[in-house]
Amino acid sequence: MTDLVFNISLMLPEVFLVLSALILLLLGAFGGRKMTSTVNLAAIVVLVVAAGLVLYKIPDEGSKELFAGALKLDYLAVFGKFIALLATAFSLLLAYGYLKTENRLSPEFAILYLFAALGMMIMVSANDLLSLYIGVEMQSLALYVLAASNRDSLRSSESGLKYFVLGALSSGLLLYGASLIYGFSGATRFDGIYEVVANGGSIGLMIGIVFLLCGLAFKVSAAPFHMWTPDVYEGAPTPVTAFFSVAPKIAAIILIARILFEPFLAMIADWQQVIIAISVLSLTVGYLGAIQQKNIKRLMAYSSIANMGYAMIALATGTISGMSGLLFFMVLYLISTLGVFACILAMRRSEGMVEQIEDLAGLSRTKPALALALTILLFSVAGVPPAAGFFGKYFIFVAAVDANLTWLAIYGAVASVVGAFVYLRLVKIIWFDEPAVEFVPVKFSQGAVVALSAVLMLPGAIWLLPALMEWSQTVAASLFLVNG
Amino acid sequence: MMEIGIHHYLAVSAIIFTIGIFGIFVNRKNVVIVLMSVELILLAVNINFVAFSAHLNDLTGQVFALFILTVAAAEAAVGLAILVVYFRNRGDISVDHINMMKG
Repeated sequence: MTDLVFNISLMLPEVFLVLSALILLLLGAFGGRKMTSTVNLAAIVVLVVAAGLVLYKIPDEGSKELFAGALKLDYLAVFGKFIALLATAFSLLLAYGYLKTENRLSPEFAILYLFAALGMMIMVSANDLLSLYIGVEMQSLALYVLAASNRDSLRSSESGLKYFVLGALSSGLLLYGASLIYGFSGATRFDGIYEVVANGGSIGLMIGIVFLLCGLAFKVSAAPFHMWTPDVYEGAPTPVTAFFSVAPKIAAIILIARILFEPFLAMIADWQQVIIAISVLSLTVGYLGAIQQKNIKRLMAYSSIANMGYAMIALATGTISGMSGLLFFMVLYLISTLGVFACILAMRRSEGMVEQIEDLAGLSRTKPALALALTILLFSVAGVPPAAGFFGKYFIFVAAVDANLTWLAIYGAVASVVGAFVYLRLVKIIWFDEPAVEFVPVKFSQGAVVALSAVLMLPGAIWLLPALMEWSQTVAASLFLVNG
Repeated sequence: MMEIGIHHYLAVSAIIFTIGIFGIFVNRKNVVIVLMSVELILLAVNINFVAFSAHLNDLTGQVFALFILTVAAAEAAVGLAILVVYFRNRGDISVDHINMMKG
C-alpha cells in the first residue's frame, strides 16, 4: 500500500494535471459562457505549474520504475515531459488569442489540450508496450477532435476525418507490431524484451519492431507515412496546427528513441536500415514538396516532414552523441516552429487570416519588427549559421559522421541547401516584394511568443545553446548508462 | 484430425489484418466501411495477443487484448462523432468526395 502511495507521489505532475483537467471540465460545463476565458487561462497556468512539478520530482537515483514497471521516471522522461508541457502551454496561449478574436472560444478546447499533454507525459515515460499504446491513444484521440474543432468549417472537419482514419490505421500497425514483439519475446515490459533481444533476436521480433516503427513514423509524420500531414495542417485551425507541429512530435520522437535505444539496441543492424530509409525519404519528400507550395501551412507541413528526416539521421546513429544531438535539435526545431506559427497567427487582415505565401509581400515595410523576427526564425529553421537552428543540424551531422554514416550526413547537408531555397524564398518575398495587404495590429499573446522565440534563436542562443547542450548530454548519457 | 496450433491463429490474424488494410485503401465508397476496416485490424491484433497469451501461458496478452477492446470503443466513438460533423458540412460521406484539399 505504501508502495502505491509512493508511486503516486512520484506521479505528482500527472496527478495534478488530471485533477485540474477534470475540475476545469466541470467548471466549463456548469459555469456557462462567463467561465470560458477563465478555464482557458487556468489551463495555461496548470500546464506551466505541471512543467515546474516535473523538474521538482526528479528521482535521486536517476531512474525509477513505477507501477510494477509500467512507467519509468528517468532523465529522458523528465526532459520529454518538461518540453512537451511547455510546448503545449505556449500553443494554448496562441490558441487563446486566436479563438478570442475569432469569437470561437470554448472551454473544451483547453481541456483537450490538457488531456493530449497527459497522453504525451505517459508516452515519454512508457516502459511497457501497454502503457506505450495507452499514451499514444490518449494523445491521438484528443488531437483528432482538435483537428475537427472548427465544427462549421468543411476544411476543418475534413482534416479531422483524414487524421482520424490514417491515425487509426497507424495505431493498428503499431499494435500489430506490439503483438508480434510480445509473442516472440514473451514480455511486454521493455526490460523483458531487452533480455530476449540481447540474447539474439529473431525474425519475428524484427518484423514486430518494423511494424511498430511504421506506426510511430505516422505519428511523427515521417515519409513514407506523411500523407495526412499537409491536408491536416492546412485544414485544422491554425493554432491547432502549431500545436500538432511541436508537442506531439517531441513526445513521439522520444518514444521512438526509447524503444530503439533501450530494448532494441542490440538489434541495431536490423532497424538501422529502416530508419535510414525513412530519413532519406523524409528529407527528399519534405523539401521537394515544400518548393511547390503556395499555402504557408502546407509549406510548414512539408518543412516538418523534412525536419523529421534530420531527427531520423540522429536515431540511425544509435550512439550517445546521436541521442544528445537529437534532443538538442528537437528543442531548437520546436522553438523556431512555434515562433513561425505565432508569426502566421499574428498576420491578420481585417477580413480573416493570411494563409497564402504572396500575402507576406512587403511585410518588412508594414510591420518591420514582425518581419525581422520571422526572418530570424526562418533562418533558424533553414539552419543558416548565426541562428540557433544551425547548431541543431550540425551536431546531428557530426554524430552521423562519427557513426560511419558519412554519406547520410552529406545527404542531409545537401538537402539543407535545397531546404534553404524554400525558406529564403519566403525571406525574399517579405523583404523585397511590394506590399499587397493591410494587416491589423498584432495581439499581445502572439507578439510575446514571436518575440520570445526570435530572441531565443539569435541573441539568446548564446546562453540557451550551452545550457541545452549540457542537459541533452546528461539525458543521453543516462539513457545509455542503463543499458550498460 | 489436424491439430490447431499457434501458426493457424497467426495465419488467420494476418489474413484479417490484410483484409483490414485493403479495406481502407481499396474501398472508394463509404467512410463507414473504413471504420469497419479499422475494427478488423484491431480484431486481428486481438487474435494475435490472445493466441500468443495461450501459447506462452502468460496472462499479459489477454489483459492487453481487453485494453485494446476498450480503446477501440473510445476510438469508434470519436471517429463517428467526427464523421457526423463532416456529414453536416458536406452532405455525404463518400470517400471519393473527401477532396476539398488535395492529398
